[in-house]
Amino acid sequence: MSRDELLKLAAIGTVAGIFSGLFGVGGGTVIVPLLIFWFAYGERLATGTSLAAIVVIGIFGTLAQGGIYGNVHVLTGLLLTIPAAVGVVIGTAIQQRISQQAVSYLFAILLVAIAIELILS
Amino acid sequence: MAILICVAGGCAGGLVGVGGGVLFVPALTIFIGLDQVEAESTSLMMIVIVALVGAIRQNGYGNVRVREAIIIGVLSPIGVLIGVALSNEVSERVLQLSFAALALFIAAQLVRRARAAP
Repeated sequence: MSRDELLKLAAIGTVAGIFSGLFGVGGGTVIVPLLIFWFAYGERLATGTSLAAIVVIGIFGTLAQGGIYGNVHVLTGLLLTIPAAVGVVIGTAIQQRISQQAVSYLFAILLVAIAIELILS
Repeated sequence: MAILICVAGGCAGGLVGVGGGVLFVPALTIFIGLDQVEAESTSLMMIVIVALVGAIRQNGYGNVRVREAIIIGVLSPIGVLIGVALSNEVSERVLQLSFAALALFIAAQLVRRARAAP
């Protein structure tokens, strides 16, 4: 991996963290488009790599929240994780069967929804 | 109802590569009755597991660059600190509107790029 690529990855991680710290939105909204625009990843590779990065980001966040503040409702969270995990298996399976452009359009819709929510809040 | 929304949140997360917190947080506040901070914290824990399941599936499909993902993830706490510091310096409304504008700009770029693709 070149120095240039490493710096760009570092920038993506930092920017994703900044947005998490500012808005509590997951880093995915930042990671996916930056991997597409800066690394020319296809949509499937960008979203898959984003999910893996979110695991690492989320572990740091949960440790900070659960460890320091004790705000995590573990049992409720785990019970609702089961349907959510079923959902993610369905979502990733559907994604393999649609075009990469369609993934970009869905992502654009998500971004517009987030923008509207931010403007109205 | 909360269960259905969480299925939808996971599904959306798998489709577009985000954690699904956009839907988990309202499910936890509106239908379970957690307050905002509790909901965001609990959602974060759910996201870790959901993203892990999604990443394993995507890895199976050949769609994950593990080393790159770890570098991004490990450096994010630095960003979080910067974000928290920024939020104390700049008005929240300015930040919200700035991010909304940025989100719309990125959405337009993604659509433009997808339309140009063969």
